Amino acid sequence: MTGLPTDTPKAVVLDVRNLTTQVATPTGAKTIIDDVSFQLRPEETLCIAGESGSGKSVTALSIMALLPANARITQGKILLGQSDLLTLSDYQMQSIRGGEIAMIFQEPMTSLNPVMTIGRQLVEAISTHQKIFGDAARKIAISSLDAVRMSESPRRMKQYPHELSGGMRQRVMIAMALSCNPGILIADEPTTALDVTIQAQTLMLMNDLKRDFNTAIILITHDMGVVAEMADRVIIMHEGKIVESQPVIDLFQQPEETYTKALLAAVPKLGSMKDKPITIKYVPGANGSAPPVVEVHNLTVRFDIKDGLLQRPIQRVHAVENVSFDLFCGETLALVGESGCGKSTIGKSLISLIPWNGDITINGLSTGGMSYSEMKTIRRNVQMIFQDPSAALNPRMRVGDLIGEPLEIHNLATGAELQERVAELLHRVDLSPDAIKRYPHEFSGGQRQRICIARALSLGPNVIIADESVSALDVSVQAQVLELMQELQDELGLSYLFISHDMAVVEQICHRVAVMLLGEIVECGPRNLVFNNPQHPYTQRLLDSVPIADPTIVRRDRKLETGDVPSPIRPLNYVPIERKIRDVGGGHFVRDFDQ
Amino acid sequence: MTTYICRRVFEALLILIGITFVTYVLLYLVPADPVRQIAGRSATAETVENIRRQLGLHLPFYEQYWNYLSALVQGNFGRSYIQKTEVVELIRSRLPASLLLMVGAIAAELILGLTMGVISAVRRNSATDQVLMVVSFIGVSAPQFVVGILLLYVFAVLLGWFPIGGYGTFSHLVLPALTLGFLGAGWYSRMMRSSMLNVLEQDFIRTARAKGLSKARVILRHAVPNALLPIIAMIGIDIGIFMSGIVVVESVFGWPGIGQLAWQAIQRVDIPIIMGVTLVAACSIVLGNLVADIVALFVDPRIKLR
Repeated sequence: MTGLPTDTPKAVVLDVRNLTTQVATPTGAKTIIDDVSFQLRPEETLCIAGESGSGKSVTALSIMALLPANARITQGKILLGQSDLLTLSDYQMQSIRGGEIAMIFQEPMTSLNPVMTIGRQLVEAISTHQKIFGDAARKIAISSLDAVRMSESPRRMKQYPHELSGGMRQRVMIAMALSCNPGILIADEPTTALDVTIQAQTLMLMNDLKRDFNTAIILITHDMGVVAEMADRVIIMHEGKIVESQPVIDLFQQPEETYTKALLAAVPKLGSMKDKPITIKYVPGANGSAPPVVEVHNLTVRFDIKDGLLQRPIQRVHAVENVSFDLFCGETLALVGESGCGKSTIGKSLISLIPWNGDITINGLSTGGMSYSEMKTIRRNVQMIFQDPSAALNPRMRVGDLIGEPLEIHNLATGAELQERVAELLHRVDLSPDAIKRYPHEFSGGQRQRICIARALSLGPNVIIADESVSALDVSVQAQVLELMQELQDELGLSYLFISHDMAVVEQICHRVAVMLLGEIVECGPRNLVFNNPQHPYTQRLLDSVPIADPTIVRRDRKLETGDVPSPIRPLNYVPIERKIRDVGGGHFVRDFDQ
Repeated sequence: MTTYICRRVFEALLILIGITFVTYVLLYLVPADPVRQIAGRSATAETVENIRRQLGLHLPFYEQYWNYLSALVQGNFGRSYIQKTEVVELIRSRLPASLLLMVGAIAAELILGLTMGVISAVRRNSATDQVLMVVSFIGVSAPQFVVGILLLYVFAVLLGWFPIGGYGTFSHLVLPALTLGFLGAGWYSRMMRSSMLNVLEQDFIRTARAKGLSKARVILRHAVPNALLPIIAMIGIDIGIFMSGIVVVESVFGWPGIGQLAWQAIQRVDIPIIMGVTLVAACSIVLGNLVADIVALFVDPRIKLR
């Protein structure tokens, strides 16, 4: 440790004073952290919250001296005990990193070296800082894996990162960070890439470890729910500056700054829709009882995993298993579930991007066995919006061409008419008409998603499959995009199949919700019935796991699981268990489950 | 593992049969007549016809090919038209020299190329990086006979450090191996540089630095092994490039390998030798790729046998 008198409660373990960091850009130095000061006290969790680009990650990297080559700290002090980290040499900094201050990152999938075993990566950290080698180091590594509740730690030591799930990998990262008993742990969006149930476990684990190891934590997150659950004190950052700094309860109950208020207001809160009625605003034609626009019956999608000399199938992924649902005109049906539950696969099946079994009827036409050209007319009515708008737009095409391309492919418009339609669509999603000549990289994330929506709308579809369409956006932008989607629905009578892992967002936008687990819909019904009265244990667990942006709500104690998550990969002879579906009333259905 | 290797060997056999066919077709279509080469200009039409019958070259193409293939399956590569020796014997006497040269060249290109690539990437955009990339550019673009002759002139004639030509000791090997490896070194340094730059930006490198590891350890233990993964597959392909380089380099340095044998045989349309050398080359390429894939399997735990 640093030799500080840590027994006094008022002691400060890390004191950041007037930190200013700049990056070199073609147009000169740009300040991305502007005069940031804060103190970290022992055994506290300090959350640095803010939207993307607010400088919260750069603050962490500045402390660790891990800034990219084009960034530079121009001013300030970072005091760890008596020593200013900014005056230390590279070599001196090496013993601070990992030894005194450890850090874990957002992407557990890529943060571990893929060609080294877990054990070697852990032992390496221990040997570097504690000068302990061989079996002794291995023992410490195993005990730190035990500390993060990994099952079968000795076996895990021999495994490679790709053999572990995301949640398990993040535990390994935490084990590695804590193996040298650092005084400070910096966690940069540690649970953002994880499923909610895994996130809940990881957060709980971090709280346990903070207590056991007396570690002070700097937790960087964009998720106000996580802030509410974890923080003792909160710093809100915006455009490189600290906007507000308060103890967590005060911040949520009496935010002082307008920015903080706006940020908190934009956060979708689970349960906030409890008493709001579900109404489908779009009134279709003459009669109210129109047939469903999409009917799915007994949809099953399985993929074979092949291996061996003759590439025989050896295992089978039961991606979607016997799923049935209807989607009505002007309605939003949400498919929720964790990664790998088959929700995206259903979206792809609807427009036959993958082979499937069962019956799918779209606008009264059965799409099973359709030829490519027949399917083309179906696809005109069913469009998709994807998760990552920057990846979904070809970077070398102008926005006008991107939005106009579907019209050209379907021979719906050319020349001046095409231009006119594109301008109209841009106007519809609140983008200025000069966007036509610009490229996707010139737009922000939210604007790019609007471009994707405009492109999806160009063919005048009546069904839109929105696959995690707002998950990559900041909350304030997310709220705007959701509002736009609702407006378009009310006006054009669009039906949305809204695929998401985010229960709070789903509650805001959907009329009905279907909860998926391992390829099956386990519970389905109108929003308020499912959210207010979840019947299936998985739905309950899912709702329970969502961090709520209210620090006064204390979570129920949950069991911290040690094993891996169940998987839809089954042996070839696996016969899916047929479970009855119970009608709970009011259009609310639940699949039977083991008690 | 065993089934994997069996499958690969089975595939290799199919490839080799395909290669004999393609090569045979090409040689059949070449306008040069091997019989004229053997008989000489002054031979009578009758002599020519006799030789043609003796060698079975009067038969239709598919019969010729069938005869060749069935002899080959029994291990008979045929006899050289000109030297009248068994092709197997000729290749056996010359193969070790070529293999030695190839091993030397692979060592040269890997040591030179990978080191240059790593240094370039770590010192990205520095003067060192620029100098190294110019060197690699020369390696990629300079013809091997030019490189060979330049090296000979500087290191053998002017400095006298290495012998001008011949075969036998380590110092005989240095210049030919460098010449043959220089092209590859150019390629590898560029590929290693971009591969390293890519790896150095990965999250796990940041993790390694955040652990407090020294810079050297981050580069050598974490970055280099990952950067090598795409390179390994290239080494297998490389052997094919060596096979063409060997013909040139062996001529320049008077190296008694199969390259020279092939060169003489091509000039005289000595079909059995050309076929034999082609098969040896094909075998080594197939083998090289198999070895590269198996090495990759051990280096990258994510690769599963398929």
